[in-house]
This record gives sequence, C-alpha cells and structure tokens, in this order.
Amino acid sequence: MELFLKIAAAAVMGMMVFYAWRAYRQWQAHGPKAQKGDWQAVVLPLALVAGFVALLVAMVR
Amino acid sequence: MANQNYSIVHGTERVLSTNKVLKNTYMLLSATLVFSALMAGLSIMLAVPPWMYMASVIVAMVLGIFVLPRTARSSSGVGVLFLITGLLGFGLGAILTLYLKLPHGPQVIGTAFAGTGLIFLGLSGYALTTKRDFSFMGGFLFAGIMVVFLVAIANIFLSMPALSLAVSGAIILLMSGFILFDTSRIINGGETNYIMATYGLYLSIFNIFISLLQILGIMSDD
Repeated sequence: MELFLKIAAAAVMGMMVFYAWRAYRQWQAHGPKAQKGDWQAVVLPLALVAGFVALLVAMVR
Repeated sequence: MANQNYSIVHGTERVLSTNKVLKNTYMLLSATLVFSALMAGLSIMLAVPPWMYMASVIVAMVLGIFVLPRTARSSSGVGVLFLITGLLGFGLGAILTLYLKLPHGPQVIGTAFAGTGLIFLGLSGYALTTKRDFSFMGGFLFAGIMVVFLVAIANIFLSMPALSLAVSGAIILLMSGFILFDTSRIINGGETNYIMATYGLYLSIFNIFISLLQILGIMSDD
C-alpha cells in the first residue's frame, strides 16, 4: 500500500513538474522583467521570513 | 477634459473590480481555512492512519490540476475548491495525529500554526501596502518549484531527513514568494478569478504550515 502511494505521489509530482515547466516557459517569454530595486524589495521580506523561522526553531529547542 | 474624465472613470472601475476580487478572495480563503481546520479535527477524532495524508494530497493535486481550472469560472468551482481544501485538511489531520503523540507535539503544532499566520499576514500586508508589482518573479518561482519537486520526488524513495529539512526550508521561501506574487497579481489586475486566487493563496499557506511543522518537529528533537 505504502509503495503504491509513493509511486502515485511521485507520478503526480512529476505531472506538477511538467505544469511548472510550462508556466516557467510562459512567464519567461511573456512575463514582465525586473526593474531596478525590484529584487531588493523581495529579498528583504524573504530574509525576514528566514530569520523568523530560525527564531521559531530556537523557541522549540 | 473628456478624455481625462474617461480615464478617471475607467481607473475607478478597475480599482473597484480589483477590490471586489481581493475581498472575495479573502472571504473565500477564510471559509476554506475554517473548513480545512474542521476536516482536520474530524480526521484527528477518527484517528485516520498516516497514509491518508499522501492519499488525500494525491487526489487534491489531481483535482487542482484537471478539475479546478475547468470549473473556476462557474459556481461549481467553489464546490471543487471546498472539496480540495477539505481533502487537504483531512489529510493534514493524519499528520497532526502523529505530532500530538510526541512529547512536545502540541507545542510544535501551535508554534507552526502561529508562525504560518504571522508569515502570511506579514507578507500580505507588505504586498498590499507597497502595491509593487511582483509578477517579475513568475519565472524564478516556477523554476524553483520545479527543482523542489524533483528533489522531493527523489526524497520520497530516499527518505533522507537532512534533504527533507532542506526541501522544507526551500518550500517556505518559495511559498513566501508566491504569497507576494499572488497578492500583487490580485492588486494589479493580473488575477481576476477569485477562486483561482484563493486556491493559490491557500496552497501557499498549507505548504508553509506543513514545512514549518516538519522543520520544527525535526529540530525539537522529538
């Protein structure tokens, strides 16, 4: 049962890779390109998320 | 002058339409999260076996790929969305049952729950207040998802805890990026279907919670 579920999960995830690949190609071809300062506006909140997760880990240890 | 009035009217219409999508998305998101929590509670009460998590995720993914996009423009899309989120909640209950048996399980679940809520509220608030268009991240996020899925497929069979931890960390960062991306698309009119918008945000929240649960579970030495 467990092996069957693992194979089924791998198959569905493989399908998701295929869909993600299509979405990736579409966004690369037609999506807007980053302007100056755009990535900076993303890195800052993501760094805060990483720091927050580290804090949560320290809390449960 | 006439042109100026025309653009003001159209600008107002666009803002009203965007606000409507945003309002409907958050209302549906709240409803699906509550429904998921109820289904998780039911699953805990029934003490369903752990394999139920994988089974419900598989069915929910298939519904999300094949059924939801075809029904999202009709009222039946709401039903399909509740079916998907209910299944994911039911599967989550099987995982929570395992965590509740651990010495610090309830603490880990509570921390993961509060952490997920704070991450979502913080990132949504950031995307809503800056009003910046984060759709330039599309290519990067989908490339990241592909890599994470390929590694996760390998880890289904390898079952390496360190790799699992790395995948969970990467998923938290990618899903955080998706919250910014999805919210900015709603604000800027890139996503006009509130059912698909809710589905995107729900998946980000669900994945952050599961990954945080896994990281905290491993790191708490339980």
